Amino acid sequence: MTAISSRPGIGAMFRTQGAQKLLAFAGLVVLLVGFSLASDRFFQTSNVIAILQAASVNGVLAIAATLIIITGGIDLSVGTLMTFCAVICGVVLTYLGLPMPIGLAAAILAGTASGLASGIFVAKLKVPPFIATLGMMLILKGLSLVISGTRPIYFNDTPGFTQIATGSIIGNFFPAVPLPNGVVILFVVAGLAAFVLGRTVLGRYAFALGSNEEALRLSGVNVDRWKIAIYALGGSIVGVAGILIASRLNSAQPALGLGYELDAIAAVVIGGTSLRGGQGTILGTVIGALIMAVLANGLRILSVAQEWQTVVTGSIIILAVYADMLRRQRAAAAA
Amino acid sequence: MFNRRALLAAASAIAILGAAPMASAQDDTLDIALISKGFQHQFWQAVNMGAERAAEELGVNVTFEGPDNETQVDRQIDMLAAALARQPDAIGFAALDSQAAIPLLQQADDAGIPVVAFDSGVESDIPVSTASTDNMAAAALAADKMAELIGGEGQVALVVHDQTSRTGIERRDGFVNQIEAEYPDIEIVTVQYGAGDHLQSTEITKSIIQANPDLKGIFGANEGSAIGVVNGVRELGAEDIVIIGYDSGAAQMEAIRDGLMAGAITQNPIGIGYETVAAAVAAINGEEVETNIDTGFFWYDAENIDDPEIAAVLYE
Repeated sequence: MTAISSRPGIGAMFRTQGAQKLLAFAGLVVLLVGFSLASDRFFQTSNVIAILQAASVNGVLAIAATLIIITGGIDLSVGTLMTFCAVICGVVLTYLGLPMPIGLAAAILAGTASGLASGIFVAKLKVPPFIATLGMMLILKGLSLVISGTRPIYFNDTPGFTQIATGSIIGNFFPAVPLPNGVVILFVVAGLAAFVLGRTVLGRYAFALGSNEEALRLSGVNVDRWKIAIYALGGSIVGVAGILIASRLNSAQPALGLGYELDAIAAVVIGGTSLRGGQGTILGTVIGALIMAVLANGLRILSVAQEWQTVVTGSIIILAVYADMLRRQRAAAAA
Repeated sequence: MFNRRALLAAASAIAILGAAPMASAQDDTLDIALISKGFQHQFWQAVNMGAERAAEELGVNVTFEGPDNETQVDRQIDMLAAALARQPDAIGFAALDSQAAIPLLQQADDAGIPVVAFDSGVESDIPVSTASTDNMAAAALAADKMAELIGGEGQVALVVHDQTSRTGIERRDGFVNQIEAEYPDIEIVTVQYGAGDHLQSTEITKSIIQANPDLKGIFGANEGSAIGVVNGVRELGAEDIVIIGYDSGAAQMEAIRDGLMAGAITQNPIGIGYETVAAAVAAINGEEVETNIDTGFFWYDAENIDDPEIAAVLYE
């Protein structure tokens, strides 16, 4: 302990907010280097793009989950809400034949409305977030099947729809970097969410809600309203994920989505956001989502048996959170 | 402290990664990536077993992956993308949604990697071959057995998993067409759909039996439907009804051993895996490959359930 305080450079580094990001980032780099050494097929443009693309949907979901986890809540409905938004988009575009912007707006609105509902259950009806969003998870799963008629809705009648996630505007200008739009959308959503968290009242209250809700209430803040706003914002971000997955698959698959909330939460905790609330960063979450995608892809490239892939992924989650706990203890002891 | 810990973590990560390629040494052995529709279900594990058998016989490396359940279309696409990046010598693919996979299959085609479809076809001419069960012929065999067991006349009914999937449609039509063409004295009173859900199929079966007191036989068109039929018949005590099932699984095999179910059609999942790898190897070597490989099916009942040939394709 004294060793750390006598080396202020390193000690300070690990005591700062950015430390976990560094830790997660270092983990990402280790994985990238390791996989690159292990297989010459790993670090190729097409594969790196495949990894980014695989991270994009989970990344956007994880960003939504981060906002809610920072308030001390949890959102189990992000996976099926994503599907619900995709289905709404499909209904508007394919069944009703309306223009594409209306379909996209409908998907995001559906997400916002659902987030609003979760927020009201949590803030006003005082249903614990775990239960409220568990209920929403099932409601949305059922509604997706009902609305779609339990069949996938294809977007063949909406030209350009698949381009939203799989096209590459950047590639048009720089053919050497055919970064898919879906990945760009992930980074844009991340930038916006980081801005909201770091630079707006909503963001400050989100952290305050997570660290001490009662103090915030006593200081005269309308806690319920801000909490509902965060859930609604989370919902609209999930709407973006719904558009991304629908565009990528050129279809809204109504049965998909269950289990995706856990992958999102895994990305959040790998990124150093505390499930107790009050702490967390969007950058960390994006790195967390990238780590999960790199792991899945790299292990596949190395032809590691699927059973073991899951074992490794689980171990990495525990390792990441353990490393974070150590850092916190150190920081607390040093402070 | 932290430096040492970080170093340790990095070292162990690299050790893990370093050990992995040893196992899959990249020598001249052919590398074939199979992407299936599922992974932990017994049916898919049986496909995997067949693939491994072929890999051993033909001296090639095979990997087998599939999403956790058959809804995860995007996960399957990610698996296909990773498999492509590995630059295998061939790909075997059982599409969950063939539309979603076409851009990647096109990529494989452009890279000169032959694709073999298995279990179900892909709506595209990219696959050099499709290894799957001839569901129409298999269901027709079920119809023949049904006719034989009820004495060529009387009422029968079908409990099918759904009316939209390819297997649902083909098994229903295979059975119905065969009865209509060959057995004029047999009447099909109803075809009902229970989503392959045990409970739902049970309720359906009970209502069919209630509505048709003279019913002589019921065909359950997949594992879940067949188990539902068995449950329904058992709950109503209508055990003189002839039940014919499809696929295997512990519950169905037990019903056959108990005599409650007359017998069932089994696909040959091991054969599907085996033929997929064999076709892939042939395609890599530039040999002629059949466009459609019928992987075969068998009738099994209490008599032959323990025959080695049958036992080998059944799964618990």
